[in-house]
Amino acid sequence: MRRARRGAARGGCPRMPPRQREPRRGPGGPARPAPPAATRPAALALVTLLSFASRFHRLREPPHVCWDETHFGKMGSYYINRTFFFDVHPPLGKMLIGLAGYLSGYDGTFPFQKPGDRYEQHNYIGMRGFCAFLGSCLVPFAYLTVLELSKSLPAALLTAFILIFDTGCITLSQYILLDPILMFFLMGAVLSMVKCNSCADRPFSVSWWFWLSLTGVSLAGAMGVKFVGLFVVLLVGLNTIYDLWDLLGNLSLSLVMFGKHLLARVLCLIVLPLALYMAMFAVHFAVLNRSGPGDGFFSSAFQSQLIGNNLHNVSVPEHLAYGSVVTMKNLRMAGGYLHSHWHLYPEGVGARQQQVTAYLHKDLNNLWIIKKHDSDTADLSDPSSPVEFVRHGDIIRLEHKETSRNLHSHQHEAPLTRKHFQVTGYGINGTGDSNDFWRIEVVGRKSGTLIKVLRSQVRLTHVATGCMLGSSGKTLPKWGWEQVEVTCTPYLKETPNSLWNFEDHINPKLPNISLDVLKPSFAEILLESHMVMIRGNSGLKPKDNEVTSKPWHWPINYQGLRFSGVNETDYRVYLLGNPVIWWLNLVTIGLYLLITVCTAVALKRGVQLTSELKELSRVVLCAGGQITLGWLLHYLPFFMMGRVLYFHHYFPAMLFSSMLTGITWDALLKFCAGFLSPSTTARKVYGGGFLALILLILYSFYLFHPLSYGMVGPMASNPSSPMAGLRWMDSWEF
Amino acid sequence: MLGFLKEPVVVTAKINVNLVALTVLGLISRLWGLCYPRAVVFDEVYYGQFVSLYMKRIFFVDDSGPPFGHMLLALGGGFDGNFLWNRIGAEYSMNVPVWSLRLLPALAGALCVPLAYQILVELHFSHCAAIGAALLILLENSLITQSRFMLLESILIFFILLAVLSYLKFYNLQKHSAFSGSWWFWLLLTGVACSCAVGVKYMGLFTYMLLLATAGLHFWHMIGDQNLSNVCSTFPAQFEFSVLFQVSLLCHFLARGLALIIIPVGLYLSFFYVHLALLYRSGPHDQIMTSAFQASLEGGLARITQGQPLEVAYGSQVTLRNVLGKPVQCWLHSHTNTYPIRYENGRGSSHQQQVTCYPFKDVNNWWIVKDPGMQQLVVSNPPRPVRHGHIVQLVHGITTRYLNTHDVAAPLSPHSQEVSCYIDYNISMPAQNLWRVEIVNRESDTDVWKTILSEVRFIHVNTSAVLKLSGASLPEWGYRQLEVVGEKLSKGYHQSMVWNVEEHRYGKSQEQKEREVELHSPTQMDISKNLSFMAKFTELQWKILTLKNEDTEHKYSSSALDWITMDTNIAYWLHPTSGAQIHLLGNVATWASANAAALAYLCLSLWYLLRRRRKIYDIPEDAWQLWMSAGGICGGGWAVNYLPFFLMEKTLFLYHYLPAVTFQILLIPVVLQHLSDHLCRSVLLKSMFSALLVAWFSWVYFVYCTFSPLSYGQPALSPSELRALRWKDTWNILIRKQ
Repeated sequence: MRRARRGAARGGCPRMPPRQREPRRGPGGPARPAPPAATRPAALALVTLLSFASRFHRLREPPHVCWDETHFGKMGSYYINRTFFFDVHPPLGKMLIGLAGYLSGYDGTFPFQKPGDRYEQHNYIGMRGFCAFLGSCLVPFAYLTVLELSKSLPAALLTAFILIFDTGCITLSQYILLDPILMFFLMGAVLSMVKCNSCADRPFSVSWWFWLSLTGVSLAGAMGVKFVGLFVVLLVGLNTIYDLWDLLGNLSLSLVMFGKHLLARVLCLIVLPLALYMAMFAVHFAVLNRSGPGDGFFSSAFQSQLIGNNLHNVSVPEHLAYGSVVTMKNLRMAGGYLHSHWHLYPEGVGARQQQVTAYLHKDLNNLWIIKKHDSDTADLSDPSSPVEFVRHGDIIRLEHKETSRNLHSHQHEAPLTRKHFQVTGYGINGTGDSNDFWRIEVVGRKSGTLIKVLRSQVRLTHVATGCMLGSSGKTLPKWGWEQVEVTCTPYLKETPNSLWNFEDHINPKLPNISLDVLKPSFAEILLESHMVMIRGNSGLKPKDNEVTSKPWHWPINYQGLRFSGVNETDYRVYLLGNPVIWWLNLVTIGLYLLITVCTAVALKRGVQLTSELKELSRVVLCAGGQITLGWLLHYLPFFMMGRVLYFHHYFPAMLFSSMLTGITWDALLKFCAGFLSPSTTARKVYGGGFLALILLILYSFYLFHPLSYGMVGPMASNPSSPMAGLRWMDSWEF
Repeated sequence: MLGFLKEPVVVTAKINVNLVALTVLGLISRLWGLCYPRAVVFDEVYYGQFVSLYMKRIFFVDDSGPPFGHMLLALGGGFDGNFLWNRIGAEYSMNVPVWSLRLLPALAGALCVPLAYQILVELHFSHCAAIGAALLILLENSLITQSRFMLLESILIFFILLAVLSYLKFYNLQKHSAFSGSWWFWLLLTGVACSCAVGVKYMGLFTYMLLLATAGLHFWHMIGDQNLSNVCSTFPAQFEFSVLFQVSLLCHFLARGLALIIIPVGLYLSFFYVHLALLYRSGPHDQIMTSAFQASLEGGLARITQGQPLEVAYGSQVTLRNVLGKPVQCWLHSHTNTYPIRYENGRGSSHQQQVTCYPFKDVNNWWIVKDPGMQQLVVSNPPRPVRHGHIVQLVHGITTRYLNTHDVAAPLSPHSQEVSCYIDYNISMPAQNLWRVEIVNRESDTDVWKTILSEVRFIHVNTSAVLKLSGASLPEWGYRQLEVVGEKLSKGYHQSMVWNVEEHRYGKSQEQKEREVELHSPTQMDISKNLSFMAKFTELQWKILTLKNEDTEHKYSSSALDWITMDTNIAYWLHPTSGAQIHLLGNVATWASANAAALAYLCLSLWYLLRRRRKIYDIPEDAWQLWMSAGGICGGGWAVNYLPFFLMEKTLFLYHYLPAVTFQILLIPVVLQHLSDHLCRSVLLKSMFSALLVAWFSWVYFVYCTFSPLSYGQPALSPSELRALRWKDTWNILIRKQ
């Protein structure tokens, strides 16, 4: 209790609110008696029941692939079939979907080709049911969180009703998507964080440990589903720092005790989630051991691990030597092999010499022979001559095997990237000029080291002009067979565009080694997959003329997402928040800011408050502050993101917004009721206010429920449609 | 009255010799040999263009920032604007007043030296520390290089430092003489300097935010001060403090709001007002702007559109410009060629007449607005205006075919409908050529479609597809013109779906032959229109913020992480024959010390903070306050001017770091004085510390001298000397091959 008092005196947020005292029935005090112990479980049960009912209602409909189910359903199938794929999100969500499908008897054979494909006999309900189950859990989680923070049953009920009857939350929970899974872990983390905070008066007790480690587990889960989970990690992190700061200021706590606190948090909130996160990836890579559509995104060394990939179980010579026949792969994501063919660059595109491109597929034209720059290698093919290895810093010549032309560059501008130099194939039977000389260098090595197949990252510097061989990633027009442009870049920056590695390697004079020796370690795989994911994420850029969703659209419910159906005869589902609820949330945020500023200024000015008002201001500032921080953390970063954004990215923030609504209205009504003198009127005003809000929510849900449960018939613009008159904004498309 | 007869007039002037000496040193270091080299140096090639355009009063848009900086550069004056800014290193012709054009940035750079001194003094540090700070700024090679040319950074840094200084002066006056004349002066100067900084470059916004936050924090402390009354009542108290006034919180709040928010915003607007008032001629960047804006400039579009009828009527002949203006501005176009029967990828087309968007003025850009119910293609008398919601047909002027769309996939965007001019092949593909006119920026639902001003969407009546520019350019068969499609799933508003009438006249010829002659003749009639300043401002501001430069690769671009350790440099200029060259290269000693100081500050602060939390006070309370406030300004200034660059995606250069490094340099004397005052407790330690300081400062001076040939560009160095200056492998110093 001592800490709590000190905290209150300082004006900070005490971690542990004063224990529930007997409610004082002061004159005019709006404090209602704490509800009897029995009502709380009953309320929880009611809320949970409603939540499950609303999410599982018409879960089978529509019996075809909706929206992003085409991605995530497909990825679930990949897990069941154990084929390797690539996605920009971490694996946990899709693994759980796959697991749910597997357990419910789905065999992974449905192709999930495009939205609108009928499921027919395939069992999809298990995967949808799993997502709906997690989506339903959000409501009780939010209810418990608000109850814990505000100690007010009406506030918690209001939050719960908002989430139960929001059409957006219902729709998002009913399909095979990552969002319900993400939000489940996210809310789980918030709930256990809040619970753990209220256990602060009895640290190291069983329940304290339980909630602390549960926070860690949920954090790992949230991060493992989508990188957006990082925001909740940040929220918990800030909360923990504040918590530790508070403990440090408590002089009755010895430094040893403080160290224990610190250690416990490091253990549960850093070590445990990290371990779980890595375990997820370990399972991911263990399950997906067959070659599949994601191979090309990964490095050659990684590909050698996949059953069915052409690099699997191959044995090649390890070190590069003169006379070796090799293929070179560009290290940019989905970079191609260095390629050339008999065709020449067309008139007007640089010098009219043989094309050099990057080609994504395996082909005989990808083969190059490494030769010394000064001597022809006819003698090297003689089996008796000694093997000479290529070393870092050597000057070499690359001869195209099929056409016997040398890799060549000169100061003509490249076909597409005008500031770079053109790369061509030049010379006859390996005889060219000094523009065919390239210096080979391994990244991060000193001179003299040997060059390893697959493992060495190599750059080729053109000796005469000093530029570096690179692939710009731009697709050539038809004359270049729509292969990727290869240029020589004069900007000497270390980007994957100008780095290459050797993939195939044929040299009969060298002993072959199995590629298993080159097997990347787990840490390397983990790092590589993260790099690939991050690059993939930042690669999702909106096109210039595309209409995209903007973050400021979201809180005002400006535009939804079409989940299913376009035409009048289709079964249409449209992801859109219940506008009444969303606008209530929006207004509440403004209201909350106003209340906070007033309260904070009043406290700072030293205005004397009654104990009820003090308690209210504590709830508003501390509980509300925590939730608002969550909202900000889950919303503001989107303004800075360059990638394509969608409406459903707002839903985690919407959860926080809804909790804030519950807390704020509770405080506001209590405050207003506080001015009324007889406690009966006060209670009437308080109760009436809540009832009005809840009725409003129920009525709006009655109006808008077809958005989630499906609309058939004419579009809303047609007056005969059941949704006629409900298209309040022109930007809604139902 | 005649007091001066009785007593002599005495003028006492207190001159801070330190300040004068520092200013003189600053001027010498920045102004010495200012005309050398008499050639275009680095970004002068870029800013010089704008100066020229100012001189010629030609409108331009610079996407890199607001116009105040360019205006200041143009103030140099005495220049007729006739110089071709096309190449770095080009010799200036005689008509370019190099000295006066470079003077202003150099002055701003020179004044940063005394400003640094004053800031440290206002932060309550010793004069010794203040002189140290000023000298470090003085001997900073990168700041010298950057201030000696027609570049904006030195002006920006000057305004930033001025803003910080005036805020500190204001804050120090706060306790004793609130609402006095000098209090007001410094408060207002803060606001003015902030808006000037933002007006020079948007980077100034960071410091403005920092100062706003600081002011907010200070005001928050004032709220907690119970001695201030709530209401605005200034009454002389009867007691011993009769001189003092009880000044209210509200007055303080309003004064700050006025000076720190309203005045800066007003000034910022006024920069644009002057900019737009000065530049009234059309110029190279016209096509970025909307037709309405272009029409407000003298020459260019205005010459054509001047005197056009305002209201579009049935029978009007119009050209339709896409509002987006990206990738290039273009007009709805058609020509006699048809879509190929089969595309290269095997898909089929309707084989009807192509409709494209064409980036050049052409007679094939003319369309006639026709009433579907009537046959005539001329404007009746009186003209019947087209209103929002009306259904029209668009007839291509030269070929008299109707604009049409149907359920055929577009050539490059197969998800959208093909748009064509209908040719009746007598197959079962009927004409679908009715379009509903929807005015996007209407005020009421009965608005008339106006030339230039109205932004219009064309909605296809049969399929409710919207006429849209897809942005892709067609292959050879479409002459590389831009593709136009009917977008079925129109999601909300996008500028690529909006069109406006640019050229317009009332059609008078009924016969096709006459009409062709009419279409070829230029438009002429009378009405002029003017945009309000606010409309122009919003458009220009929006364009500045959203315009993206495609070219993201530059030889000397760097990443934000390279700046701390100065792993990168920028070659500004190279003498055409000798080895003389100018580089943007910082003083290595200063940069290293600044990093060390920042690190030391961070560690010490953390240490103190943790100890204070456990109620252990290592340094006296006022020293702690001093430490925190100095760190807040200097360290905070460094952080806000540096960290945001990690989030930016634009091309970055070393000179973006200069404002941050200026603040970081100010932190060095702060840390040093703190170390000597509080951590060197014995006399011996103190004297050792002083000796170290002298040695360290000599090192700084030595590095300055070593690199000054690269900052000033003279004397010319031999290749071996240049090679010796290449202290880091990553520096790109140009060495001529012998």
